[in-house]
Amino acid sequence: MKTKPNDKTTDRNISRPKKVIEVKDLVTHYGDRLILQGVTMNVLENEIMVIMGGSGSGKSTLLRHLMALETKTSGTMKILGHDIDQLNRMEFQELRQQIGVAFQGGALFSSMTIGENVMLPLYEHTNLDYNTMEIMSRMKLEIVELGGFEKLMPSELSGGMIKRAAFARAIVMDPRILCCDEPSAGLDPVAASALDDLILNMRDAMGMSIIVVTHELESTFKIADRITILDRGKILMVGTVDEVKASKNERVQALLNRVPEVGELDPDEYLDRLVGDEDSGRAHL
Amino acid sequence: MGAGDIQKIGEQISERVGRYAVAFVEEIGNGGILLLESIYWLFLGRREKQPVRLNAVVVQMMEIGINAIPIIAVLAATISVTLTIQGIYTLRVFGAEDQVTFGIGFSVVREFAPLITGILVAGRSGSALAARIGIMKINQEIDALKVMGINPTRFLVVPPLIAMFIMLPLLTFMADLVGLFFAGLYINVELGISMAAYAHQLIEYIEVNDVFFGLLKSVIFAIEITIIAVINGASVVGGAEGVGKATTRAVVQSISAIVLTAMLVVLISTRT
Repeated sequence: MKTKPNDKTTDRNISRPKKVIEVKDLVTHYGDRLILQGVTMNVLENEIMVIMGGSGSGKSTLLRHLMALETKTSGTMKILGHDIDQLNRMEFQELRQQIGVAFQGGALFSSMTIGENVMLPLYEHTNLDYNTMEIMSRMKLEIVELGGFEKLMPSELSGGMIKRAAFARAIVMDPRILCCDEPSAGLDPVAASALDDLILNMRDAMGMSIIVVTHELESTFKIADRITILDRGKILMVGTVDEVKASKNERVQALLNRVPEVGELDPDEYLDRLVGDEDSGRAHL
Repeated sequence: MGAGDIQKIGEQISERVGRYAVAFVEEIGNGGILLLESIYWLFLGRREKQPVRLNAVVVQMMEIGINAIPIIAVLAATISVTLTIQGIYTLRVFGAEDQVTFGIGFSVVREFAPLITGILVAGRSGSALAARIGIMKINQEIDALKVMGINPTRFLVVPPLIAMFIMLPLLTFMADLVGLFFAGLYINVELGISMAAYAHQLIEYIEVNDVFFGLLKSVIFAIEITIIAVINGASVVGGAEGVGKATTRAVVQSISAIVLTAMLVVLISTRT
């Protein structure tokens, strides 16, 4: 790739953890709507960064940008030291292989078995023989405690199992960054807790940086190294669990104490943000 | 109703027409871009380390082509016999019913076989493709492909496009043979013309170019069906209801495009 990480700086700051993602003054729009208003944040190596915020705060949009799925209006974004605006298509595709994503609903391909789903990135991006790919995908399924389920179709799994299978697919290429969108959403407390443990294990065992978007407080406090709180497209605060809990900021406390906002938003604007179509039915893939 | 109201209604109508016209042009543009993108990935995918997988094409060929054989055969036979019955009935007025082979041969090979095959494939495989892509979109499977570094056009569009491109002309050719055979059987029973004499008449009247004319049209239909299905599938919003709407729209638009193309092609070909 053209842009090389700054090795000299790394040597000088050897005790400081490296930034795997650096976002500066990120501004995004959907049509005329301003979604993110100058977001600046970073994610460090081997940390779990939880992004929190109310509905319509822009956390899912921010995650989509971190996954390089959206086009920004302005600002800069570096992933693993590479400015994504400076990369050509091939370099960008290579970079993408360093980012694993576990989507909210799993996003498993319904026409493929669980094993084939997990194997797909290997099949597409490596020249490994089929047996090796099968062994590797089985290993990842073992990590997420789904060993022996590789022949089943996604429709035959429970919600929690689908999420774990999505994790297996997300980590099959051993990415350096893992993005998780609402991993606990729709799960019972036991399954949600098991998924939290899985996220912690993956960080510890595989040394990944993990970004989690969630609004589950219990889960956040359990897994987060740092928390970014978004509010109406702006960063309200970034800090550790203790720092967030101790924050005197009213809006942070309102979020932690689940106090609904009353009369502070224009209802039309709020509804627009909440249900507004993300891509207005644009006919493209 | 005053003049002001009439003017207001007129403005609303012209605004709506304008909006539809813009949307139509936009969809045509999207379709063109998608087709060019598909051609790019088909020929240059390997250079980008993303070749089109042969097994994906074969799966689509099975789905679009092989599985459609029975229904296309049945409809080709039925429509050809219907045409033959009507042809004999009409020509009998002039005492020229033994000339029915001429009309049947031309209409089946040049028009009806490609048209019926195209319409059936649009209803069967075009709708399935639109629904599949629509469901993949709402389930974030297309996003999943992107983040895995897999180009969705190469992975989802090129295999059915190639399969359609190969299978639709083959199905049309099969519909030609089945249709002509069953028309011959009916003529044999009704007019007492032997199958050998019927075959001889067909060979005499129909030229290879007529068969190619029908097959060429089916290639155009293949592209239309695939692109329209993908465009509609990719525009799905709003869950299951959106998928249903997109699927219906894909079928209606495909069939309209097929019929319109058939008309334009025959109009141009008979004037040059």
